[in-house]
Amino acid sequence: MQDNKKAFYFLLIPVLLWLVMLIILPHVDLFFSSFKPNSGEDTYTLENYLIFFQDKIYWSTFLYTTAYAIGVTLLAFIVSFPVAFYLVKVISPKHAAFLMLMLLIPLWIGELVTIYGWVILLGDKGAINESLIFLGIIDTPITMLYTNFSMIIGLLYMSMLFMIIPIMTTLESLDDAQIEAASDLGASKFTIFKSIVIPHSMPGIINGSIIVFMLVIGDYLAPNILGGKSSLWFTEQIYNQFLSTFNWNQGAAFGFLLLIISSATIWAALRLSGQKLEKVEN
Amino acid sequence: MSNILEIKDMSKFFDDFTAADSVNLSVKEGEFVSILGPSGCGKTTLLRIVAGFLEESRGEVLIKGKNMKSVSPENRPVNIVFQSLALFPMMNVYENVAFGLKRKKLNKQEIEKEVLSMLERVGLQGFEKKKINELSGGQKQRVAIARSLVMKPSILLLDEPLSALDRKLREHMKVELKELQREIGTTFIYITHDQSEALVMSDRVAVMNKGFLEQVDTPQNLYRNPKTAFVAGFVGENNRFEIVRKEDKEIITKSGMRISRPCLEFTPDVMYIRPEAFMLEPSKDMEDIAVMEAEIKTILFDGANTKMSVLVDSREEVLIALQQNAKFQTLKEGDVIKIGVAYDNIKCYKE
Repeated sequence: MQDNKKAFYFLLIPVLLWLVMLIILPHVDLFFSSFKPNSGEDTYTLENYLIFFQDKIYWSTFLYTTAYAIGVTLLAFIVSFPVAFYLVKVISPKHAAFLMLMLLIPLWIGELVTIYGWVILLGDKGAINESLIFLGIIDTPITMLYTNFSMIIGLLYMSMLFMIIPIMTTLESLDDAQIEAASDLGASKFTIFKSIVIPHSMPGIINGSIIVFMLVIGDYLAPNILGGKSSLWFTEQIYNQFLSTFNWNQGAAFGFLLLIISSATIWAALRLSGQKLEKVEN
Repeated sequence: MSNILEIKDMSKFFDDFTAADSVNLSVKEGEFVSILGPSGCGKTTLLRIVAGFLEESRGEVLIKGKNMKSVSPENRPVNIVFQSLALFPMMNVYENVAFGLKRKKLNKQEIEKEVLSMLERVGLQGFEKKKINELSGGQKQRVAIARSLVMKPSILLLDEPLSALDRKLREHMKVELKELQREIGTTFIYITHDQSEALVMSDRVAVMNKGFLEQVDTPQNLYRNPKTAFVAGFVGENNRFEIVRKEDKEIITKSGMRISRPCLEFTPDVMYIRPEAFMLEPSKDMEDIAVMEAEIKTILFDGANTKMSVLVDSREEVLIALQQNAKFQTLKEGDVIKIGVAYDNIKCYKE
C-alpha cells in the first residue's frame, strides 16, 4: 500500500512538471501581462481588454472566426459521420483498418505540408483546374484558392479525423441488433439514424465537435495560407500583436479572450443541446 | 387451421457453406414451434431469412400464403425478439414499446392504450417511465417481448431470448412464455439450442443439424421415436452403441456386448438406448425384453437424476437411470444386477 503511494507520487512528477512549466506558468505570465499597459508602466489596467470591444475590427473578426468555426464543425460532422459509420458498420474490420491508415497519413505529414498540397490542387493553374480545362468542362479556371472556400477545405481537412475517431468509438459499441430491431419494428432508414444511431453516438459527436471547434478556432495556418483577403482569422490578430506590432500585452489579452469566449461558446452549445460534459467523458 | 408460415425447399448458401439445406417447414396459426439444434446448425440463419434480414438462395418462404421474396423486414408481418434483446437504452420502457406503433402512424391515444395494455399483459404496469438499465434481466425480457407483441405480428420469432438469464429465472420464464403464448394465440417460432426449453414450451419441435431439418415432430414423439441417429443423440440423454455385426438374431457392439433380437429388419450402424429405458431386475415373465447382466461401476448421485455407470458383459459401459426408491437405494458399486430393456425402446439406425 505504502509502496503504491510512493509509486503514484513518483509517476506524478513528470505530469506535474509538464503542467506547471509548460502550461500553468506561461499562462499565469500571460495573464498578468495582459493587464499591463503597452507603455511599459508598472500598473494594471483593463485597457487591453477594452480595446477589443471598442475597435470594431477586433470583435468583428472574432465573431467572424466563431461563426466560421461553428460552420466548419457542422460540416466536419456532416462529412465525418457517414465516413465513421461506413468504417465501423458497413465494411469488414480488415478493410476498415486499411482505410483508417489512409486517413491517418495526412496527420503524419504535418499541417503545413498538407496545406501547401491544397495550394497545388486548388490554384488557378492547379491540378483540379488544369484537368477540368483539359477535359473541356470549363474554359477559364475557377478561382478556388485564397477564398473562403479553400480556407474551409483546409480547416475541414486538418480537423476531420478528430471528429471521425470519437464517433467511430461510440458506433463500435452500438449493437447491430438495435438497428435490426428498429428496422424490424417498421422504422425507415432515416428514423433509425435519427432515433437510434445518432442518439447512441451523441457522446462521440459532442466530443468530436469540441475538439474540432477548438482546433479550428485556434488554427493559424489554414486561414493564413489558404484564406483570401477577407478571411480574417482571430489568431492572425494575435499573431500581429505579438510579432508585427510587438504589443505582447495586447496579444496576451486577445489570447485570453479567445480562450474564454471559445470555452463559453462550447458551454452554451452543450447547454443548448441538453448534453452534459460528464456524459462526454464516458 | 391454415398454415401461417410455409417454407418450401428453401436453401441458403454462403460462398461454399450451406447454412440451410432444402428446408421444408409448415407452421399452423397459433402454434408454438421450436427450432432446436447445436450452435452453428443454421437455425439463426433460418430465422433471419423468415424475418427478412437474409435472402434465401433457393426455394420460397410464404407468410399467410404470400411469397416474401424481396419484401423488406419492416414490411413483413413478423417481429423478432433478439438474443441480445436489443432494447433501445436511450428510451424508457414506454418509448421502447411504443417505438413500432409510432412508425405505424397511430394517434397518441391509441398508442398509449396499446402500450399500457401490453405492459399490463406482461406484468410491467407502472414501469413505463423506467430506464432500460434500471430493469432486471427478466423485466428486460418482458419489455422486449412486449415491444414485439404490441405490433400484433402474425408470427413472433424468438432468437434464444432466455440464454442470458440465470437458470432459475430461465425455468420461470419458460412457463411464463408458454402461458403468454397460449393466452394471446400468436404463432411463436422459437430458436434454441436448449432441448429442455424446446420440449417444455413447444407444440412441435424441428430438430436442425448442419442446415438440415432432421425431424419435425411433437416433443413426445421426438423423445420416444427419434427418426435419425442425430435426433436420438441430441434430444434427451442416450447411450450410443456402435454396431459391428449381426449374428443369428443377436447384435454385437464394437466392444463386444451382445443384445438379443432388436432391429430384425436390417443391420444397423448404431443403436441407442435411453438410460431411463432400462429396468432393474425385470420380472422373469415379462415378454419382448432383452435381459443382460451388469456390474455397477460408479453411482453418480444427483437426486432425482441419479444415474449409474454399469459394465455389461464386462465390456460395454452403459449409463442407467437409478430411481431413488427403497428398492434400489441399497445398490452399491461392485454389485451385479440384471437389467432389461424392451425391444421397443432399442432404436437402431443406419448412418
